[in-house]
Amino acid sequence: MTSTPETEAQKPKHRPIIRIGIFIIAHSFIVSVVCCTAGVLALLLLPVLAKKTYVSENALMPGSAIPMISEQDVSGANKFINELTSLKLKSQRTGIEIPRLIALHMANLGGEVSYHKFQNQPNKFHPLHFFTSTELEANHVNQTCESYATNTVGIIRAPRGDGKEAIVLVTPYNPVNFSQNEALSLGIAYSVFSLLNQVTWLAKDIIWLAADSRYGQYNSVAAWLKDYHTPSFGGFGKLHGVGCHNGNDVPESNLDMIIETEVSDTLRRAGTMAAALVIKVAKTGEAGDQDALNIYAEASNGQMPNLDLINVVSYLAVHGQGLRVQVDKLVSFLDSKWLKFIGGVLETVGNIARTLNPQWKFGIPVKEYVEGSATLVSSLYNQALGVPTGSHGAFRDYQVDAITIEISPKLFSTSKGRQTELLFRGGRLVEGVIRSVNNLLEKFHQSFFLYLLTSSNKFVSVGVYMIAFLLLVAPLPVLAASLFSDANKSNLESEKNKPFKSWRWLYPTKTVFLVHLWGAIVSLLPYFIYQIPDSQPTSRLLIWASLSLFILIVLGSFFRVRSTQWALLKSVTVSAAFIGLCLMSVINFATAEIGALLLVPMCLMIKPWRVAGKFQSALNLVLVIIGFPGATFFVVKSAFGFQNESSLVEFWYWVESLWAWNSATYIYICMVHLPCWVLCIYILLHQC
Amino acid sequence: MARCLFILIIILLLFTLHVSSEEEFTEELLFRPLPDRKVLSHFHFESKVPPTTVYGHHHRLFPKAIYQLVHKYRIKEMELSFTQGRWNYDSWGGFDPISSSNAKPPGVELWAVFDVPPDQVDTSWKNLTHTLSGLFCASINFLESSTTYSAPDWSFRSLSGNLRYGSLPREAVCTENLTPWLKLLPCRDKSGLSSLMNRPSIYSGFYHSQRLHLTSDEFDPVALHGIVLEQTLTIVIQPDALETHAAFSSSRKLQPSWSMSSLFGKTVDGKCALAKSSNVYVQLEGGLVYNMKDTWNNIEGNDGEIVQEVPYEVSPDRMMKEINSFHKDGYSILYGFSINNYHSSKPFDLGFWWKLPVTWSCVKAPLRVSRFLMGSGNEKGAIALSLQSTEWSQSLLKADNNIEKCNLRMYVDGISQSLGDIIEKMSVSPSEDKVSPGVMEMVLRLPCDMKSASLTLEFDKGFLHIDEYPPDANQGFDIPSAIISYPDFQTRLQYKLDNASIKSPMVSKMQERRTILSYTEVLLVPLTTPDFSMPYNVITITCTVFALYFGSLLNALRRRVGEEERLLKSKDKSTGKLQLLLSKMFAKLRGKPWEPPSTPPPPSSSSKFISSKVILKIILIAAIAFGWQYYDG
Repeated sequence: MTSTPETEAQKPKHRPIIRIGIFIIAHSFIVSVVCCTAGVLALLLLPVLAKKTYVSENALMPGSAIPMISEQDVSGANKFINELTSLKLKSQRTGIEIPRLIALHMANLGGEVSYHKFQNQPNKFHPLHFFTSTELEANHVNQTCESYATNTVGIIRAPRGDGKEAIVLVTPYNPVNFSQNEALSLGIAYSVFSLLNQVTWLAKDIIWLAADSRYGQYNSVAAWLKDYHTPSFGGFGKLHGVGCHNGNDVPESNLDMIIETEVSDTLRRAGTMAAALVIKVAKTGEAGDQDALNIYAEASNGQMPNLDLINVVSYLAVHGQGLRVQVDKLVSFLDSKWLKFIGGVLETVGNIARTLNPQWKFGIPVKEYVEGSATLVSSLYNQALGVPTGSHGAFRDYQVDAITIEISPKLFSTSKGRQTELLFRGGRLVEGVIRSVNNLLEKFHQSFFLYLLTSSNKFVSVGVYMIAFLLLVAPLPVLAASLFSDANKSNLESEKNKPFKSWRWLYPTKTVFLVHLWGAIVSLLPYFIYQIPDSQPTSRLLIWASLSLFILIVLGSFFRVRSTQWALLKSVTVSAAFIGLCLMSVINFATAEIGALLLVPMCLMIKPWRVAGKFQSALNLVLVIIGFPGATFFVVKSAFGFQNESSLVEFWYWVESLWAWNSATYIYICMVHLPCWVLCIYILLHQC
Repeated sequence: MARCLFILIIILLLFTLHVSSEEEFTEELLFRPLPDRKVLSHFHFESKVPPTTVYGHHHRLFPKAIYQLVHKYRIKEMELSFTQGRWNYDSWGGFDPISSSNAKPPGVELWAVFDVPPDQVDTSWKNLTHTLSGLFCASINFLESSTTYSAPDWSFRSLSGNLRYGSLPREAVCTENLTPWLKLLPCRDKSGLSSLMNRPSIYSGFYHSQRLHLTSDEFDPVALHGIVLEQTLTIVIQPDALETHAAFSSSRKLQPSWSMSSLFGKTVDGKCALAKSSNVYVQLEGGLVYNMKDTWNNIEGNDGEIVQEVPYEVSPDRMMKEINSFHKDGYSILYGFSINNYHSSKPFDLGFWWKLPVTWSCVKAPLRVSRFLMGSGNEKGAIALSLQSTEWSQSLLKADNNIEKCNLRMYVDGISQSLGDIIEKMSVSPSEDKVSPGVMEMVLRLPCDMKSASLTLEFDKGFLHIDEYPPDANQGFDIPSAIISYPDFQTRLQYKLDNASIKSPMVSKMQERRTILSYTEVLLVPLTTPDFSMPYNVITITCTVFALYFGSLLNALRRRVGEEERLLKSKDKSTGKLQLLLSKMFAKLRGKPWEPPSTPPPPSSSSKFISSKVILKIILIAAIAFGWQYYDG
């Protein structure tokens, strides 16, 4: 502000774009406030801006064919379910008997059957193989027969197809603790499999994977997929591996002999997978007067299947089978007052707009708005977490579109008629989906891959939800630039004689770099903590926290962080946060969105308490406390009414799940969020 | 000595002249029950024409189109097959002559050997593909592009050099391909065995392969056989059970009984009048005969001939037993029926009735081969070829692979490390973009106790040029089937002919020694396909860049700094009220306190400096433009 007329005149005249930039930087405060508010508002508006879904790929033609599942298929499935349940009552060794029974039925229907045996691979933290597929070291210690789980794979070869592509049906079941709903889901798959063996319209092969989920639903499917894509050297063959014959085995019946000859001794494959469908039946009944269908789609790191797959399923479920389709939503959001208030405001605004011009239709009813935002929040959270919501997640790692459909009957009853009806409904739905995918000549590519669902038939595409994030993030570089230029100007006189005055930003950069390095070290620490044997989650968490703190202090004292100007430090911190958020938005958008909501206000507001007023300091303190990942976790948990028994343990498990699933969110938290938080605290406590 | 040989040849010539001085056409049909309740029907038509030197140019029976084709492109041997569905090597067998020569990869497969100098082979091939595509209403002309066909050196057939091989896995096969094929038969499908070819029933089968095999020695110095055209149609149909035994109706072991009318919905009203012979055969495999004898003897205690146990509606004219059977216990049996004596009032309808359930398995190919994709991701991929021994491969010695790859840049380093001493001979011609497909041929000598082996080939998934993408690029790319041949295995079915006078081309074909061939599945490789709206984006971005570039260039060239400053000065002098207001606003925009217009410093000192700056700018822009041109072009 103190430039002399001489200097100004000597400066070359700026281009308009630069002038605008300078103008914005000069008014950074207003810009920040406006952008942040607009960003939050845009986020709140998303349920209103959601569009109706539509089937984008014409070849899918959902519902154009009459379902062909007949009484015969369903009665066969009923018989199959009865055999399964009676087997459960009769025999203790269901772990081996159930796969055998399934294999027998698959073979009887005319499928090609093979077993796939796998072992539990405990989730380990591999810090250096984060995004790469972890080359799991085979731990061949302790291989007992019981430690093997057995997937049963049945394949129908398309009669006149060329076998280049396949559609996968997955029915997870737990043979150790077999339940009725698993039997039902197996029954649905059976009825479809029975039908598809007779039809002539198949163009793609059908694979039915009865996944043994005793080690988790995801693991069984992931193990099968891994072996499907690597050459195997036998060893999947018979149910009893070498040395696994129990002396006092049940006498092998004639039936068993037949199966053993029919089951091939190698893992059978069938072309490139076009799509996969995980079929489940919910344990608990649905309260409403309609059967419901839950769709789960989120795979690891917020990847979603093509929207067309969800569209086809929901179209067929609603229009074909009269099911109520629902997507996972945050129940506690449904009766939150403030959301209802916002919805009411939006509705009135919409109504007013409609009175002005009947063409403007953007208002939606309050109930719809609240439900939409509850679904949206759950969708955002699931994507941000980066943990797949079911075994369909394993397929996404191989670029296969997959979703889980969970049928929840209105009132679970074991009555025969009810079961038959359910089998009919489920079977017809699955048949319709398979028929649609079967029509597909190309892989799914027409519809969206980046979207958020606000209900089963409404979505927000990337072009819309990006706006909220961009508005939130936009103030960061502006603020950084303005702080930098201010700091330069204010120091112009005081340090006029010093050389290298333009290099003063190097010192805060060093500090910021050190803190980020610390973040990287913190993210690697759990690997070493796991080396400590026999430790409780709580103690592990405490070790982690204390070690991190210790390293931070050591780093700080060792490199002797020079006390610099807080404005410059803040400027560099803000730029680092900006870069981190932008990088994360490429990897997992939802994480970046939620991260920006937490990080941006904190970064914008922070000021040393000596400089700031009392009110601002208090606000800063609150923001900083909420900004800590652990604190955020607890606040969110208690705000939305999740029960928290032993909160520390819970937090540890939450973090553990993040790295176990190779979620990029973990890296984000450790390498962007945490360092920024530490730097904010540093600025807050800065001695001016 | 030379004279002796000469005489010998002459004698031979005279002899053959005597034998095949006439055109010949024979029609035959073979049925074989398959273990998985299906029936294999194999039509076999053979037309022969004596060499032109002997017979002349005019034909009575032989299709003129084929004759002209052979002469125009100087074809020594050619095979064209149209196939729909997959041959199930596990349950339909892969060892016997029928399955090893009629199991073809899905789509179109064409190979030809030309009798032309090596430099003209490619031209002949290209012309041939165009002719055939016109003749058979198929897009065989796509094989013209050099990326779709290859010239295997030694693996595909031992005679090579002038051989070209190509296949189109995505070609859809339908009646439009069958009709021209039928037109080559003298009776078309109007009478004789070909009248059975009811389109709905043959296209609703599980496997359908129509094949045309051509051999000629027209261009040999001493032509002996002339041109032999062999047309086969192989169909696998699931028969609707005619009348199941009440006791076994629920059992899945009882094979469905069938008859010609139940399979095709038609019966044969006598032979084709132009055919020399017209025969129907039923072949029972060794395993089946053995098991049948076993079970049926146990149950019925019947020691008689099997003929009596396999009830036909019509009794066979002759029966041939296999000698030197591969199957140790059982021998294959061939029942022959001549339809010379049937006519429209007394149609021929062969029925086959099962009385008791029986299970058996076919003789499988020595190795079960499957090919699949490995790994995930869009950057790199790998193809694995897994070879698994079947129960018949105890004496396995040698397998021979010929793998064709398209559009993928592949590495083969991995193989030599993992397979070391098993490889006997290997030749790889890596794919060259837009020029040739990658072909890998290798001879493997596998030890007898081998259970399974696998070959992996790594490749890069590269982006193609925009015009190399097929119309439906998002489907992925097909890699044609790999061919496995077993040079050390010769397959033949030797039948003890009870009646030497009946010469059947099909039976004699079966008696020939031939190497076993098998094919793997077609592989679909999903490649990264760009969003095809991208060209639009690229155009937009390029235009923007160009606009910026030329805009700044012109700006720099046009601007005369000294003049502008003079203009400014004169403006400053005559500052009106409006200008004052404007400058105030601009100052506000810049965030600087407004200064009342004051006398600017004399600009003369800076004018020289600025002009050098302009020159620098121009040089910089020119350098950027030069660099762009250099690296981009």
